[in-house]
Amino acid sequence: MREGAAPGRIDTVAALRDAAITTLLAFGLFLPLIGFQTVVNIRNELVLDTRWPLLFGIVAAVGVTRLAYSFLFVPWLERFKERPMAVTPPVWLGLIRDWFTPFAIGFVIVYPVIVIATSGWGGALKWVDNFGIQILIYVMLGWGLNIVVGLAGLLDLGYVAFYAVGAYSYALLAKEFGFSFWILLPLAGVMSSFWGILLGFPVLRLRGDYLAIVTLAFGEIIRIVLINWVDLTNGYAGISGIPRPSFFGLPFDASDEGFAATFGLEFSPIYRTIFLYYLILALAFLTAFVTVRLRRLPVGRAWEALREDEIACRSLGINTTNTKLTAFAIGAMFAGFAGSFFAARQGFISPESFTFLESATILAIVVLGGMGSQIGVAVAAVVMIGGTEIMRELEFLKYIFGPSFDPTQYRMLLFGFAMVTIMVLRPRGLVSTRTPSVFLKERKAIPADMVKEGHG
Amino acid sequence: MEVFLQQLINGITLGSIYGLIAIGYTMVFGIIGMVNFAHGDVFMVAAFVALVAFLILTTWLGVSSIAVALFIVLIVAMLFTSLVNWIIERLAYRPLRGSFRLAPLISAIGMSIFLSNFVQVSQGPRNKAIPPMVQGDFVLLTHNDYAVTLSFKQLIIWGVTAVLLACFWYLVARTRLGRAQRACEQDQKMAALVGVNVDQTISMTFVIAAGLAAVAGTMYLMYYGVVSFADGFVPGVKAFTAAVLGGIGSLPGAVIGGLLIGLIETMWSAYFSIDYKDVAAFSVLAITLIFLPQGLFGRPDVEKV
Repeated sequence: MREGAAPGRIDTVAALRDAAITTLLAFGLFLPLIGFQTVVNIRNELVLDTRWPLLFGIVAAVGVTRLAYSFLFVPWLERFKERPMAVTPPVWLGLIRDWFTPFAIGFVIVYPVIVIATSGWGGALKWVDNFGIQILIYVMLGWGLNIVVGLAGLLDLGYVAFYAVGAYSYALLAKEFGFSFWILLPLAGVMSSFWGILLGFPVLRLRGDYLAIVTLAFGEIIRIVLINWVDLTNGYAGISGIPRPSFFGLPFDASDEGFAATFGLEFSPIYRTIFLYYLILALAFLTAFVTVRLRRLPVGRAWEALREDEIACRSLGINTTNTKLTAFAIGAMFAGFAGSFFAARQGFISPESFTFLESATILAIVVLGGMGSQIGVAVAAVVMIGGTEIMRELEFLKYIFGPSFDPTQYRMLLFGFAMVTIMVLRPRGLVSTRTPSVFLKERKAIPADMVKEGHG
Repeated sequence: MEVFLQQLINGITLGSIYGLIAIGYTMVFGIIGMVNFAHGDVFMVAAFVALVAFLILTTWLGVSSIAVALFIVLIVAMLFTSLVNWIIERLAYRPLRGSFRLAPLISAIGMSIFLSNFVQVSQGPRNKAIPPMVQGDFVLLTHNDYAVTLSFKQLIIWGVTAVLLACFWYLVARTRLGRAQRACEQDQKMAALVGVNVDQTISMTFVIAAGLAAVAGTMYLMYYGVVSFADGFVPGVKAFTAAVLGGIGSLPGAVIGGLLIGLIETMWSAYFSIDYKDVAAFSVLAITLIFLPQGLFGRPDVEKV
């Protein structure tokens, strides 16, 4: 079908054969784990159940998809190939490119207002909290990790450890000594960057995959310590009752000194949520701003040079030790900020929030967004986190698949699937062009295939 | 002394399982230079397939001979897991060959998340426990009421591992496929020029890796009698540690690394702290990579401009 057939014609025999092979493979693939289910019976023994309708449904769906791919999608692609390449991109594309960033910034600033206007005070809480704050935390973490991975090219799979350090230092110090959020926020950042340097030192010589695995090991070690050091961290049970941040000294509660009473408003939990939303928004913007400015400083240029070629860097006299450590430290600092915000927002933290899956999620956001691209990382965070959050809202699926269907349990399944798919289709991430931070006359975007990265 | 001897036996058993998984990491890394992050989850899938096959054989077909059942389970798990890994390579890694270095790693992490959640969704999140398949043991020596035992299932694991390693060694050292694999490992372009089918060889590498992981999965199920969807990650990282410790790319290194990690883990649990046994393995990984990146048997990685 690929080589033999003339363009525009579909080789039906080959297409059918492909579909048959695919169906057979899918049957073999799904037979043991979908065809059979291990369940515990009343006598507490493990027995098997069969799910033939589900198995054959899925296998048939795979076969039909493969047929549709051969008959519909491939001709559609062929048509694209025949069309001459557009010489200039259409005007609207340029407009979108120019106006996307200001529009996005404006949108996130007015987002709570829009949500309150459309779904009322009661319904807005969920949208601001689950979507707004949750996504912004990941945007901030993504931007923080972007310094380490995207700019300095150091693959870090244990980033969540610094997030945990920030969260635990806020929680413990706030509970033990009663310091306020605003004192502890920078302190958590300092603690995290201290750990960043501490863990960065031994791994300086490592590169690429090895660095990734060692940072993963460090992340896991910190998590295991958090679980087992019960005297300090309360182990699996976690720390609860963490003090919440206040609005310039005004707590968000129903008391007379509270925020609502002072401004003569009726008490509602939404004020705190909106305050937290703008807080994380400001923190995220701070991260982005610092990153953008750092890229113009010598250290930022050294990071990018390090990412492209470490040996060249060394021969030009760049101190790679300091360059790598600053990247680790600054990346970790932002994770620490985000961690203390997380602890303050949740009021409860436990080691369960800092698993390897979190690190993988943040790394996925950075890589899928296009390493080094701020906008790309933000878009990837919205797609991946917003996408998995929206799975909670798909109530209508219950009407299709029956009342026992729970879409949330498929969140991580689809997350993993999306990671593989986006990687296969766009290995360079969503925004794969790169704009240089230093340029001679005009700023030209460089296509991703011209740059190599991720060797360090 | 008795405790030590007992832990030695336990450690070698655990180490055999790690060694079998580690070969998969080291082979794949050797041939395409990627850390196959999903390999631990392939191992977990194999354990589930073995579970399903075992239940079919014993509860439905009424196979009463454990030896026959175990043999069939092993074959089924190997066949199926090989198919799974072959498809994974085809769909998730092959399109990314020649892309930038992080791409296959990210794809593998995604695949790892996908596999563990697939098993969670399709088989449920609870631990799956089965009654012990093999019971009984030899008492090697008794001293002050402490008996050092070598159980039959440990003996089976040792035996199966030894036989498989022999087959595997023959495959790599003496057959055409093994030669092709070693050729691709040294220089893919040159191997292609002299007529080695590189794509097929890489596919076969994944198939063999999965086969060994399937044996490890079956042995794991038989040894512990319980498996859950989350059981892929930690054994996977430990087996990777074993591969790194032995020198990644080196096949005997992977086996010896596996045995060492198994011993370190059991000794640590027995003499220091069972809560921190994973920390021991992870620390070994970090220390090895930092101070001895080429491992015990690996070739030093010379960096060229």
